[in-house]
Amino acid sequence: MQRIGVFVCHCGSNIAATVDVSKVAEMSLMEPGVVHAEDYQYMCSEAGQAKIAAAIKEKNLTGIVVCSCSPRMHEATFRKAAERAGLNPYMVEIANIREHCSWIHKDMEEATKKAVILMRAAVAKVNLNAPLQAGESRVTKRALVIGGGIAGIQTALDIADAGYEVDIVEKTPSIGGRMSQLDKTFPTLDCSACILTPKMVEASAHEKITIYTYSEVEKVSGFVGDFTVDIRKKARSVDMNKCTGCGVCQEKCPSKKAPSEFNRGLNTRSAIYTPFAQAIPNVPVIDREACIKFKTGKCGICSKVCQAGAVDYEQKDEIISEKYGAIVVATGFDTINLDKYDEYAYSQSKDVITSLELERVMNAAGPTHGHLERLSDGKAPKEIVFIQCVGSRCSDDRGKPYCSKICCMYTAKHAMLIRDKYPDVNVTVFYIDVRTPGKNFDEFYRRAVEQYGVNYIKGQVGKVIPQPDGKLLVQGSDLLDNRQILKEADMVVLATAIEPNPDVRKIATMLTASIDTNNFLTEAHAKLRPVESPTAGIFLSGVCQGPKDIPETVAQAGAAAVKAIGLLAKDKLMTNPCTAQSDILLCNGCSTCENVCPYGAITYEDKEVNDHGIRETRRVAVVNNALCQGCGACTVACPSGAMDLQGFSNRQILAEVDAICR
Amino acid sequence: MQELINRAKELLADGTVARVLGWKAGDLPYNPEPAYFETEEDLKDFVYNGFCGANLSKYMIEASKLEGKTMVCLKPCDTYSFNQLIKEHRVDREKAYIVGVGCKGKLDIERIRKQGVKGIERIEGAEITDDAETLKIQTIYGEKTIPYADAMLERCHVCKGKDHMIFDEQIGESKETKDAERFVEVERIEAMSPEEKFAYFRSELSKCIRCNACRNACPACSCRKCVFDSNKFDSSQKANVDSFEEKMFHIIRAFHVAGRCTDCGECSRVCPQGIPLHLFNRKFIKDIDELYGEYQAGADTDSTAPLTDYTFEDAEPSIVGKRG
Repeated sequence: MQRIGVFVCHCGSNIAATVDVSKVAEMSLMEPGVVHAEDYQYMCSEAGQAKIAAAIKEKNLTGIVVCSCSPRMHEATFRKAAERAGLNPYMVEIANIREHCSWIHKDMEEATKKAVILMRAAVAKVNLNAPLQAGESRVTKRALVIGGGIAGIQTALDIADAGYEVDIVEKTPSIGGRMSQLDKTFPTLDCSACILTPKMVEASAHEKITIYTYSEVEKVSGFVGDFTVDIRKKARSVDMNKCTGCGVCQEKCPSKKAPSEFNRGLNTRSAIYTPFAQAIPNVPVIDREACIKFKTGKCGICSKVCQAGAVDYEQKDEIISEKYGAIVVATGFDTINLDKYDEYAYSQSKDVITSLELERVMNAAGPTHGHLERLSDGKAPKEIVFIQCVGSRCSDDRGKPYCSKICCMYTAKHAMLIRDKYPDVNVTVFYIDVRTPGKNFDEFYRRAVEQYGVNYIKGQVGKVIPQPDGKLLVQGSDLLDNRQILKEADMVVLATAIEPNPDVRKIATMLTASIDTNNFLTEAHAKLRPVESPTAGIFLSGVCQGPKDIPETVAQAGAAAVKAIGLLAKDKLMTNPCTAQSDILLCNGCSTCENVCPYGAITYEDKEVNDHGIRETRRVAVVNNALCQGCGACTVACPSGAMDLQGFSNRQILAEVDAICR
Repeated sequence: MQELINRAKELLADGTVARVLGWKAGDLPYNPEPAYFETEEDLKDFVYNGFCGANLSKYMIEASKLEGKTMVCLKPCDTYSFNQLIKEHRVDREKAYIVGVGCKGKLDIERIRKQGVKGIERIEGAEITDDAETLKIQTIYGEKTIPYADAMLERCHVCKGKDHMIFDEQIGESKETKDAERFVEVERIEAMSPEEKFAYFRSELSKCIRCNACRNACPACSCRKCVFDSNKFDSSQKANVDSFEEKMFHIIRAFHVAGRCTDCGECSRVCPQGIPLHLFNRKFIKDIDELYGEYQAGADTDSTAPLTDYTFEDAEPSIVGKRG
């Protein structure tokens, strides 16, 4: 029989204001095995931990239950406290009476009742707990960064500067990401390329950094400190080692009708292409869908003109398998699809464009060579309307519920740049709120209004109607003047909501990293662990975690790097002793557990068994404890209950359920 | 039937097989039972007729441990179960000599009785070679006739087809018997309100006497030790806590066979209380088909099963939740 101590935390008033904590302690004394109970204002404090240690010694406790906050918060704290007092740390259970109880209930009597039930469940489990011993696992001193935008580049540089090997995997033919598509950056208006390209060069020249462009993560196995990742290097059709980057192939390529991804489809590119002039690596790829040679077998001009003999039509995808200790996700964002916002006539008029498209229009390397012009007829616009929050802060399911965060600032930037370069152009911005919380941000916005005379109207646009003469009729409302506005414009720019790169779902699944309802990766703690995924060894950098501007992204990228470095600096990690075990007498040998194990920890062996006197050779499951991460998938898949998880056995879980239903 | 017996004799005589797994006549004309035959002499009791509904694939688990091969007679639908057992490494393909036997739909004595036929002495038209569309039944009250289709098991009205999924040789012709849609009854229950569903299942499951016939007949219920018989989980005691929890047995059983059940219908056929147990399994099959694409357990021995496999196209849990 266990000797259990129950410790009920007030969490200041967080718990005590809604739960009668002394009642919970008092009730616990009636539970089997409980020999000690007390409550205290802050159990996690030094004084609180001392109380636990003292009780363990005085009452010879064999197990403890702490009724407090989520185990994610302080389970490790209390386990360490118990260990210091001589108790096995796995004899500690947490009853979460804060997040699961006091924070979500108002009625004290009901909340107390529930807290008592949660305490009972934890006591029922501790009664069946057994001491467990953690093992050790190695750390591969190499990091993987998924995504080669500014977030990924910065993280990789910081990790590499600390002396660790880093690989960057980038899906497109070049690193650089969204930032490479931007013209100027707020609030200083320095040119995006001027500050980004040196970083791209630095990353590619760094001896500790290996860049895989035109590559994707195909498979991830293993766990913190010891991931194995398969990277698919898509066939570039150009030999990276031979190509000199002279660009003749792109000039001579007769197939020039593929939409340019880099210019958001506003113009076209050749079938053999580098996305932009400063691309790194400066080695083109052949778009096999667009290439005449691949489509018809005839052509081969690029191969003929290539002095270096680098074009290789036979090249095949290559899979590289590499081991990593840490993985940083930096998959970035894209703008949302505007199909559901047809009222803005995006699909009907070439002169309704997104802000990211405007970046390309205003960029010297863009489709109009930096001249502000209507894409329909090339005429200079005189009247431009910006519409804010297109798909952001949306209450229905057409758009996104969140604020995309960057639009207020880049719209002020666009408005200011246009008014500066083309003072005869009128610029009107329809907005819901102008949000400028950032260093020098509000000053920047005020300059747009006060110095550059940008016309800001508080109100939303209901409809954009293309007119027969090519103009756009904008129908909106002015909430401050309480009037309807009908305005003719030459161009309409939509501040389109941003969303995580759609590939992130696939990557999150491979990494077993959690994502929220908007597909942003979830952090381990919203405030205290913002750059770590709840999955150990996975870190988050940039917009994949939530909307961010460049300074914030770079700051987070550095923070993610520090967390990864902290992991790589360790030689060994303590492993989780809560691993699965198979009962060979119950095992059917059906392989179901082997099929569902995400870590490849289960194999089957023929073993001699003695089942109540019947000796026979049976095919049974064997768990490799070094690989098992204790996820429990096998235990629920096993039809006969042969597979069980130490520390979370079927019996322990059923005991908890029983205690709750009692 | 005679062809089957002749072939069995040959295989026993030339040593290809050490025994034959088939059906022998029972004490009544409609209750043949699974049996092993080891000699030519034994085979005189061998029968194969419309009442041989029993799925013999599960017997091959034990037969796989015996010396020598076993000739096993499998109807088209039984071969799905056999494949599933191969997939789960429960039977040894090398230990089986599979004779795929023809089937023209199996008969349900309860359905015959429900049509007011009592005191049965002899039944004509149940022979596998017969093409008879009607059954002629001699009873102590005189002769009755029933259309063959009206006496068939529910599962034969939604037959999976005439093809054997696995066999070494085939004997006898099969007949198309499918004349109903498989999920109609499931859809009827799905349309009920939660209260109606609860009442329906409660009323059906309250008939259960826990004889375990369903579990014993089910080829998917082939665990070495059933969780309900194990003292490791305390589940056996739990299932007896109150009148409703006792029925949890069936819900848990349905979960345990989900994704593995071939819909062979043995559970309902053997239930002495006439509970339509197959509906639980069929609901799971319907959900799996709709959420993960059509899947037939036992159609092969090597494909991945939707519930133990993951693809990026898999339905989101939220969708599963909404569907209820």
